[in-house]
Amino acid sequence: MIEIQKIHKYYTTAFNKLHVLKGINLSIKEGEFVSIMGSSGSGKSTLLNILGILDEYDQGNYFLDGDLIKGMSQTKAALLRNQKIGFVFQSFNLLPFKTAKENIALPLYYQKIPREDRQQIAMQYLERVGLKEWADHYPNQMSGGQQQRVAIARALISKPKVILADEPTGALDSVTSKEVMNLFKEFNDEGIAFVIVTHEREVADKTSRCIKVKDGIIET
Amino acid sequence: MFDYDKWQEIFESIKRHKLRTALTAFGVFWGIFMLVLLLGAGQGLSNGIKFQFSDEAINSIWLNPGRTSIPYNGIKEGKLIKLDNSDFNYIQEQYENVDQITGRLFLSGDKTVRYNNTTLSFTLQCIHPAYKTVENIIITKGRFLNDNDLEDVKKVCVIGRIVKTKLFGNEDPIGKEILIDNIIYLVVGEFYDTGGEWMMKNILIPITTAQKVYAGTNRLHRIVFTTEGLTTEGMAALQSRVLSDFSKRKNFDPKDRRAFRAFNNSEDFEELQSMIAAINGIIWLVGIFSIIAGVIGVSNIMLIIVKDRTKEIGIRKAMGATPLSIVSMIIQESILITALAGYLGLACGVGLIALAKDVATEFWRNPEVHLGVAVIATLVLIIAGALAGLLPALQAARINPVLAMKSD
Repeated sequence: MIEIQKIHKYYTTAFNKLHVLKGINLSIKEGEFVSIMGSSGSGKSTLLNILGILDEYDQGNYFLDGDLIKGMSQTKAALLRNQKIGFVFQSFNLLPFKTAKENIALPLYYQKIPREDRQQIAMQYLERVGLKEWADHYPNQMSGGQQQRVAIARALISKPKVILADEPTGALDSVTSKEVMNLFKEFNDEGIAFVIVTHEREVADKTSRCIKVKDGIIET
Repeated sequence: MFDYDKWQEIFESIKRHKLRTALTAFGVFWGIFMLVLLLGAGQGLSNGIKFQFSDEAINSIWLNPGRTSIPYNGIKEGKLIKLDNSDFNYIQEQYENVDQITGRLFLSGDKTVRYNNTTLSFTLQCIHPAYKTVENIIITKGRFLNDNDLEDVKKVCVIGRIVKTKLFGNEDPIGKEILIDNIIYLVVGEFYDTGGEWMMKNILIPITTAQKVYAGTNRLHRIVFTTEGLTTEGMAALQSRVLSDFSKRKNFDPKDRRAFRAFNNSEDFEELQSMIAAINGIIWLVGIFSIIAGVIGVSNIMLIIVKDRTKEIGIRKAMGATPLSIVSMIIQESILITALAGYLGLACGVGLIALAKDVATEFWRNPEVHLGVAVIATLVLIIAGALAGLLPALQAARINPVLAMKSD
């Protein structure tokens, strides 16, 4: 489903050109449960951003669900992100002035789904992540683990092909980290692929495949 | 078009920055408020000036004979120039652009006027029926003098409103007889005049009656006529033509201004009108600049708001917000602030002008804001709001979600 062929990525600064990704090949099948590991500066976050169509690459090809993602308009990228990709971030990235339910419903707003329906679907997902009673709470009234579960529900609500998680447990203690991973596994069993960037051994061990990135290439 | 969620977002954003939004809105409010006030004032000024002129038709030419001051054709200075009914007929026949024409005969002093037991003194004006048009007289009761009255030398009169009140009180004066210098006149009409109180203290009688009863001549002291289909230049040309014709007719030097004076006020009126237009132009200029200042304020605030919401916009983009949806969100917020504040300014301005409506002085009358101006102002506001939001919105659309989500 994800097919990456010889991808190169450079960052140009005022003084030099940084070669961040040096010809990465990667293939992720539908419903796979994958982790990406690597030290900071290895290029793993850049890789994830390219997978999420949040960043562009300089050479190579990236196919998502059969579509070539290259030199795409912002509008097209937004539509693909909305329909095929869910994001989970280390710092949750919930909107502070929206309730849990409203945060979860946000991707459906950009799918132009009517308000009533959105709320209803959001409630279903809140229930799935065990936060039904917290529907009308704001992020700052919730614990980190709860916030991350809201973020996971938000990532899942548009029924994406793949969830891209950037250090999803980075801001959580070990107990809640486990809960989050269990939740990931639960949804993975329903056929949604997961790509989890992490530097925690325990997290990577839970995945079925671990991809190690070092100095812009994949170690084998 | 009505998108509940989008508006909810906008209201939330405004609520989060109450003071900032209020200050910005005040800028726009003040701009529109001042524009409306200025426009109203301009209109008041222009109405006042036009009202001053409304008393006399602006297309009239006055002919006043006098005494020569320059010897001419062997006749010494000091000769009295006289007009009579034949000159009246001459003008009527000679010049094709003459529309309404009236002669005037001035009687010396006021006349005693009696009705029942009331005796007062009033001024008599001896006129032709065309006087009504020339002086913009408004008949409020009965009728004005007509050609029949003049032909039959009838003893009828039309009285001013003040004459009526003083002589008749609440009684209906039409069809009543009054004594003017012991001669019985029938009251046929009552009039109102915008020229002021003095005019309404007058009694108007047929000029032929006056010539017969009081003067015993066919003399006229003045001739006034209105013209039709002439420009200011055309009026001036006609006026000099009349002057040279009469200089031959009456044997005086056409350069002798004391012998025969001819004048019109269309030139003055035109000058005033262009002055009013200039004032209005300046008002619009000032008003538009004050609106621009307000709009720049809104634009500035929206830029800050976009900067504040960088992270939020990044998150929205990751969730699938298109650049267009971000742009429309920012622009609609801008339009909302501008339109609401501007509309409030418009309403306050119009309200204040409505309060000042009763104030009427010589050069200030009925200030008002036309509906068209209000509509244009509203459109300008919406466009201005959209423009104010455009730059910040485009900046918002360019935000890189990866960097945005890392920022605080």
